[in-house]
Amino acid sequence: MSKILLEVKNLSMHYDTLEGNVEAVKNVSFNVNSGESFGLVGESGCGKTSVAMTLLQLQPENSIITEGSIKLDGKELVGLSENDLRKVRWDSISIVFQGAMNAWNPVIKIGEQIREAMREHYPQNSKQENINKINELFRMVGLDESISERFPHELSGGMKQRAVIALALSCDPKIIIADEPTTALDVVIQDQILNEIKKVQNLLGLSLIYISHDIAVIAEMTDKIAVMYAGSIVEMGPTKNVFTSPKHSYTRALLDSTPSIKGEKKKLRSLDGEPPSLIDKIDGCSFAPRCPDREISCNPTEHMSLIEIEPDHYVDVCSQGKI
Amino acid sequence: MNDNLIEVRNLVKHFEVSKSVFSRNKKIVKAVDGISFDIKAGETLGLVGQSGCGKTTTARSLCLLDPKTSGSVNFYNPDTKNMESIDDIDDDGIRVFRRNMQMIFQDPYESLNPRWTIKDIIREPLDIHNIGSIAEREDAIVEILRTVGLTPPKNYLKRYPHEISGGQRQRVSIARTLVMKPKFVICDEPTSMLDVSIRISIMDLMLNLAKELDVSYLYITHDLAVARYMCNRIAVMFNGKIVEIAETEELLQNPIHPYTKRLISSIPIPDPSYKRERYEINFDELDKIISNNPDEKMIDVGNEHLVATHDTKGFFIET
Amino acid sequence: MENNNQDRDIKATLKKNWILFKQSKLGMTGLGIVIFFGFLAVLQPILFLTNVWDEGVYHPVVGYDAEKVARTIVECPDQYPTKDYQTREDCPKVDEVNIRYLKAFNIDGDVGDIYESNVQPAPPSRKHILGTDSLGRDIFSQIMEGCQVAFVLGLISAIIGVGISTLLGTAAAFYGGALDTYLMRQSDLVLMLPSLPFLFIISAFAELQVWHLAVVLGTLGGLGGSVITIKSQALQVKVKPFVDSARITGGTRRRIMFSHILPNVAPLALLYMVFSVTGAIASESVLSFLGLLNIDMSWGIMIYLAQTEGFIFTGLKYWWLILPAGLSVTLLAGGFYLVGRGLDDVFNPRLRRR
Repeated sequence: MSKILLEVKNLSMHYDTLEGNVEAVKNVSFNVNSGESFGLVGESGCGKTSVAMTLLQLQPENSIITEGSIKLDGKELVGLSENDLRKVRWDSISIVFQGAMNAWNPVIKIGEQIREAMREHYPQNSKQENINKINELFRMVGLDESISERFPHELSGGMKQRAVIALALSCDPKIIIADEPTTALDVVIQDQILNEIKKVQNLLGLSLIYISHDIAVIAEMTDKIAVMYAGSIVEMGPTKNVFTSPKHSYTRALLDSTPSIKGEKKKLRSLDGEPPSLIDKIDGCSFAPRCPDREISCNPTEHMSLIEIEPDHYVDVCSQGKI
Repeated sequence: MNDNLIEVRNLVKHFEVSKSVFSRNKKIVKAVDGISFDIKAGETLGLVGQSGCGKTTTARSLCLLDPKTSGSVNFYNPDTKNMESIDDIDDDGIRVFRRNMQMIFQDPYESLNPRWTIKDIIREPLDIHNIGSIAEREDAIVEILRTVGLTPPKNYLKRYPHEISGGQRQRVSIARTLVMKPKFVICDEPTSMLDVSIRISIMDLMLNLAKELDVSYLYITHDLAVARYMCNRIAVMFNGKIVEIAETEELLQNPIHPYTKRLISSIPIPDPSYKRERYEINFDELDKIISNNPDEKMIDVGNEHLVATHDTKGFFIET
Repeated sequence: MENNNQDRDIKATLKKNWILFKQSKLGMTGLGIVIFFGFLAVLQPILFLTNVWDEGVYHPVVGYDAEKVARTIVECPDQYPTKDYQTREDCPKVDEVNIRYLKAFNIDGDVGDIYESNVQPAPPSRKHILGTDSLGRDIFSQIMEGCQVAFVLGLISAIIGVGISTLLGTAAAFYGGALDTYLMRQSDLVLMLPSLPFLFIISAFAELQVWHLAVVLGTLGGLGGSVITIKSQALQVKVKPFVDSARITGGTRRRIMFSHILPNVAPLALLYMVFSVTGAIASESVLSFLGLLNIDMSWGIMIYLAQTEGFIFTGLKYWWLILPAGLSVTLLAGGFYLVGRGLDDVFNPRLRRR
């Protein structure tokens, strides 16, 4: 069995805002093995981006981690000093986020910007070594080598996002977080980018945490997924198991509400109501107010925690009654 | 009898972009380059393509937000029961046109005036067209709020857009659009900014309303899966041209144009055991072929399945 | 019932904005200053009406109070410095009178005696808490009068200016074309125009009164840079889908401009209004100080009088003639500016910290 690379345990985090505490992440635990693709899926505001930011310890200033630990390769990240963190970031863990393609500095050439990051992490490398490496990375993500001499505004959105992936790979991380990397892009370009990410991951044996609201993308990209709702993981397991036999009502609702171009055209099922505001403290099952199977099963006041119902497949106790 | 609601023939929209203030030669961007389609009463036509392919420009030209460069657009005037060209309608005609042609926008946050209450927002079309007495308007607003599922309506009348959620805002947009009972509504990616679990309820609402109120949609989207759920027919757009148009299932099962094939092959499938086959094309080459052969001939391959050939030899059709 | 609802909504919105405003320390400081001066402005007429203050004594322009001050008679030495006096200017001190001065007026007295005399300007006392000026008029009452002038001038000119710039800016954005080009060139011209020299010329031709000045300042402000800022804001609103939506529905241009664009530009306009009050108050002081305005009393005029009568050159010996007026100008102008900064936090969500 492959070894655990990233171990997140009982992570809880809230934002301190004008209106009150927003509990963005509640008691989240998961492991990512080396070489594995792990998907975090959920609607906007469910806390998936907050989890990603905490993994890199890049969360905004008004956020407070109340408990939990994040161990990367056995090394605890929570509470690490900014200096030590800078070494960990990019070196062992790097991120491609949604707006990343717009984060290039417009007046510096793409290649120079990537070299800058590499100089920080590999001061011993010569310039030529770095250039060779960037060329290699560009080939890997399907970009022409000449791109490194171009300015960001000369590139299309898809090319910029590929360059971001090259940047994320430039310091040989062991794990890459992709937070909705294709949401702002077209389907055709999304397809290309997803393909590059998959290719690079297989080639370098990286671990991948893929965060998206799009069930279909997650289905294609990941080996294992966790479904998040209102700050908690409600179901987690091997992607195939979760898709073929979803146990939590929310997972079922997500799968039933995703249209597809393959198979029979089926009536999709919509979900009533809206996700809860995370400002109000929720006792028990946060999905209960929208749950279509509410009456058959559970006690909505029961506290949430995951139980293992088959090997590696975890479901929130709330759904325990109807398994 | 001809039951078309809208007939578009060779619609062209060019934008002039001057490269700098001092340069005299203007660059022309052909955003929409001669497209033709019909929409029948009660039908939903999907307009699918990548961003920048001219979908939104088509919509804006159709509803007279931006003037078209050339081409003809005829619409069915329910008062005279005739097809009329939008180029030569009088003031009365334009009122009828405005009342029957509406648009739902992509962004539910930006498409409602933030300083107006929901009631004012829905009421505006009625005020503009002077429909009904004051009391009748109030009733119509309450009625339409109930129709779009914002119940009880009393709770929403006095609220401002920022006080309700994205899904509810899009329902308000739909209510505003439908309060005058138009025959034709252009939808510009109305669900792409909504959450997955809310998206379907808005799509279902629009499908139900289409049946109940006898509305036709031109549904613009980049997502073929959404188009399949919503539309009877789908038109695929590439670089300002429609390359293929067919009945939905026919188009998905039996795509002919290489761009359509590429588009279909890039849609992810929500099934981990399904292995998708990629269909690669060279976009530059396709672009060149299209621009070298501006002759717009779409041929019917049967079942009202039209494909652009770009040249008379039927270049893309392998038989 | 309906009205109640609406009232409640407006109240809720105001309350939310107030909470945001309260977070801004700068804004609250500014508001405190503005309220303090506003209080002074309304206090004066109340004191006169309730006869707490006698108009003959306390009127800022025609009042007179011969204040008796007891002074010690001293003889100023010929040689400086001495033990008591550093330089010639130090003798006599404020509570002393030179015996040579008395002799010149044939008044008897010896060194060390107490001599009672009318003093103008008189230093602060219990009766006149900020003293009197050289004509025996109460400084505190003049400050209060100056408050009224500053508020009237600042607010009128700000309202005129913002009205003009909002209308023109919105029109430029909405109609575009030749009107836009013309308005923008006009703004450039007004911006280039050095406003103080321009005001000097105007005041040379016409005896400017407060409201004249308010109109001139308001028009200048309204035609200047704020048109450009309001226009850029209006351009952003103009391309919003809700404006398209109104056009598709068949809304007239007037309807779209007045019902859709103007209300969404208004918050920025209000912000500009508050900032422009600052400029108006400062301009008034400068013009008054130069004696170019035909008004009875203002903070600028107080400093002008102190200057023409030479008191401004005596350092801080006659501080009550200069400092209260100078501080008032600075504080109120600054106060309005700070209120504007606070409002900026409310209306510009980008600037909000969380």
